[in-house]
Amino acid sequence: MNDKTDMERQATAAPAIELKGISKAFGPVQANKDISIRVMPGTIHGIIGENGAGKSTLMSILYGFYKADKGEIFISGEKTDIPDSQAAIAAGIGMVFQHFKLVENFTVLENIILGAEDGRLLKPSLAKARKSLLKLADDYGLKVDPDALIQDIGVGMQQRVEILKALYRQADILILDEPTGVLTPAEADQLFRILGRLRSEGKTIILITHKLREIMDITDTVSVMRRGEMTATVKTTETSPAELAELMVGRKVLLRVDKAPAQPRDVVLDIHGLRVVDEKGVERLRGIDLQVRAGEILGVAGVAGNGQSELLEVLGGYQTGTGSVQVKGQALDLTGKQSDGQSRRNHGIAHVPEDRQREGLIMDYHAWENTAFGYHKDPSYRSGILMNNAAIKADTVEKMERFDVRPPNPKLAAKNFSGGNQQKIVLAREIERNPDLLLIGQPTRGVDIGAIEFIHQQIVALRDQGKAILLVSVELEEILALSDRVAVMFDGQIMGVRDAADTDEKELGLMMAGITDADAKIGG
Amino acid sequence: MDYMTLIQLLDSTVRLATPLLLACLAGLFSERAGIFDIGLDGKMLAAAFFSAAIAALYGNVWLGLLAGIAASLALSLLHGLASITFRGNQLISGVAINFLAAGLTVLIAQDWFQQGGRTPSLIGGARFNPITLPFADAVEPVPFIGPLYAELISGHSILVYAAFAAVPLTWWLLYRTRFGLRLRAVGENPAAVDTAGVSVIGLRYAAVCICGVLCGIAGAYLSTALQAGFIKDMSAGRGYIALAALIFAKWRPWYALWATLLFGLFGALETRPDVIEALIGVKVQGQLLGALPYVMTVIILAGFVGKAIPPRAGGEPYVKER
Repeated sequence: MNDKTDMERQATAAPAIELKGISKAFGPVQANKDISIRVMPGTIHGIIGENGAGKSTLMSILYGFYKADKGEIFISGEKTDIPDSQAAIAAGIGMVFQHFKLVENFTVLENIILGAEDGRLLKPSLAKARKSLLKLADDYGLKVDPDALIQDIGVGMQQRVEILKALYRQADILILDEPTGVLTPAEADQLFRILGRLRSEGKTIILITHKLREIMDITDTVSVMRRGEMTATVKTTETSPAELAELMVGRKVLLRVDKAPAQPRDVVLDIHGLRVVDEKGVERLRGIDLQVRAGEILGVAGVAGNGQSELLEVLGGYQTGTGSVQVKGQALDLTGKQSDGQSRRNHGIAHVPEDRQREGLIMDYHAWENTAFGYHKDPSYRSGILMNNAAIKADTVEKMERFDVRPPNPKLAAKNFSGGNQQKIVLAREIERNPDLLLIGQPTRGVDIGAIEFIHQQIVALRDQGKAILLVSVELEEILALSDRVAVMFDGQIMGVRDAADTDEKELGLMMAGITDADAKIGG
Repeated sequence: MDYMTLIQLLDSTVRLATPLLLACLAGLFSERAGIFDIGLDGKMLAAAFFSAAIAALYGNVWLGLLAGIAASLALSLLHGLASITFRGNQLISGVAINFLAAGLTVLIAQDWFQQGGRTPSLIGGARFNPITLPFADAVEPVPFIGPLYAELISGHSILVYAAFAAVPLTWWLLYRTRFGLRLRAVGENPAAVDTAGVSVIGLRYAAVCICGVLCGIAGAYLSTALQAGFIKDMSAGRGYIALAALIFAKWRPWYALWATLLFGLFGALETRPDVIEALIGVKVQGQLLGALPYVMTVIILAGFVGKAIPPRAGGEPYVKER
C-alpha cells in the first residue's frame, strides 16, 4: 500500500458517497435522524451499531428501497436521486444483502445477468457475461463455476456470486450488510482478503456489521450509529473496540465476561449415539456423544445448519431421535408419548430456543401470557380449572423488574419489545423455574450489546448455582467468552471437545470447517 | 381395434386436448411468475360465453374470439389487482372468479338471448371451421400415412394449430429470452428480481395478462370450434384438469403438451366405451376415466413419479423487505 498516493487521492477526490442530513421516520419511530456521512473513494468504511440503530434503514435509502423524508445524497460529488434500486445500480452502487437475493435453481451465470441482460435474447447476454466473469475472476480473485446451480454451492460461494453480481453491474461502491453472519472464520478471512483486493483496485466498500473485531481488522474509517443517529466517525487506527462499544451503547460496556473458573460436579446430561433423521430422510445428527456436568457451561460451536438446531430440538422434546439421552440418570423418551416439552420440563430441563420469535414467544400475545407458556399448569398460576391471570401478571411484573425488561409493561405484546427485551422475557421464564439443565440457543442473536452483557451475566450466575448449561451459538466469540468446555459440530457430528482455556478461534475455526481433530492439532 | 378407430380416437384426443393445453400454458405463465391461478376455469367459461355471444350477434367468429379474450383478460386483471396490487389471497381470488364467471355468463346469456342461459347455435362464419391442409385429399388414399395426415393432422380449426404452436413458443420465451428469465426468477425469488432493479409487479401483471389471453383462446375454442354455441357451465372443470396437467407437467411447456394429450386421450376414451371394452375386455364406467386425471395428479403430488416442485414463491404476495 502506498499511503502517500492514497492520502493525495483522498485529499483531491470528492467523496464516493456523501449523505447530508438524511432523516427517515416510520410512524412515530425516527429510524434515521439527520445523518451526515462522507465515504472516501478507495476505502473500506465500517458502519457499526446495535440492532435497530438504523444502519439497515440508512442503507435501504441508499439502495432505493426507501425514500428519505429529508436530506440529500451525493455520489462522487454529484447530487443524485435514488428513487429505486435501478437508480442505485445506475449510480454505481451494489449491495450484498445479509440474506442473499439469488434464484436457487438458476445457474451462477443466470443469476449474474438477471436484470442486467443485454437485449431481449439470452444467448448473447450469457456469452458476454461468461467472458466478463472470467475477467472479474482474474482481476479480483473471485473464482466461481458459472454453470453451477446456486442450490448446489455453499454460502461462501453464494456470497461471492452476490459480489460478482454487483461488479458485473459496474458497481464502484459496494455495500455489504452483515456479510460474515453465515460464514466460517476461514471463509470470513477469505472474504476480507477479497475486500482488500477490491479496495486496492479503487472500489469503495461500506461494511455494515455489529462485530467489533471485523471493524478493527479491515476498515479504514468507522461510523457509529445509535438510536437512529450517527454518533461518531473516526479513523479505525485511532480507536479501540472498547471505545466503539461505548459509542454504540452510550455507556461503558464489559466486552469480556467476568467469571470464576468452573467447578463441575456430577454429570447432568449424558448423550450417547444420538441420531436424528429429518422429514426428508436426511440424517442431521449422526451419532452424538456429549456430557454436561453440573456447574459448567458446555458451548456447542459450529456454522449454522450443522445439526446444532436438531440437537436442541430433540433435547427440547419437539424432534424425534434415536440413541440414549439421560438427565440426572433418568432416560428421556426420544420418540414416544413422553417426547414433548412438558415432560422435558418435568425432567428439570429449561429451554431458551434459538428462534425466540417463533419457538420462544407468541409475538401477538402479551408479555404476561408469554411468561406463563409451558408453565401454565403450575399450581401458582391456577385457581381450580381456571388460570389465575392476576397471579401470572404479578409474577411477570416481578420477573420484568429482576431481568430489567424495558418497558416493564406486562400488557405489551411480545412483538413490541426489542430483541434483547424479548430474550429477557424468555430467559426469565426459563431460568426462574430453577432447572437442573438449561438449553440455550443463540442467546444473543439480534440482541444489543447492553443486553448481551446482562444475558451473559445471567447465564454465568446460573452456572455458579451449580446448574448444567448447554449453550449453542454460531458466534464463536460468545462461545469462547462463556463456555468452560467447547464442542464443535460439523455435518451432524461432534468434531471434538476442547477446554475453553486450551483452545482458540483458529483451532475451533478449522474444526468448524470440518477439518478433523487430529488435522486441527497439527495445523494449530 | 382397427387403424381407423385409432385415428379417430387420436383425432378426438387432439380436439379435447386443445383447450386443456391452452389453459395449461396459461396457468404455466401465471404460476411460473408466482401467481397461483385457480380461476382458469372461470376465465375459460367467461371467454366461451362472450366469444359465442359476440360471434352470434355479429356473425363473425374473429370478433367473437377478440371478445372472449377481452373477457378473460378482464378477469385476469381482476385477479392481478386482488393478488398483486392488494396482496390478497390468490386462491380466494381465483375461487371468486370461478363463481363470478359461472353466475354472470348464464345471467347475461339469459338477458341477451332468452334461451335458458345459452347462446343461439353458431353457423357458418360465426364458428371456427376445420381447415383442410394442402394435399390432404390427394394423399388420403395412401395407406397408413394418408389417413394419418388427412384425418389426424389435417382438418382441425385454426385454434388447434395455434395451441400446438404455442408449446415451442412458450418454451422459447421462457428459456431463451430475457423476459422468460425474469419471469421464472420472479416466481422463484421475487426479491432477487426486485434488487436487480426490475419491477416485480410489472412482470407479474405481464404473466397474468398472457394467462388471460391464453385462457381466452381456450374458452373461445370451446364454444366456437369444439361446440357450436355456449351452454351453461360448458367449461366443465377443464380449468381444474388443466391445473392438474400443469402439476403433472412439473410446470414445463413440453411436458404440458404430453400431459394434456394424455388427459385428452382419457377424455376421448370416455366417449368410446366400446373401444376400451374391446381392448381390455371389461366394461369401464366413463366417469372413472373422467376421474383419472385427478387420480394421477394425486399420485404425482404424493411424489411417486419424480418430484413436482412448484415455483418457490408461488402463492405469496411480494412484500418489499428492508
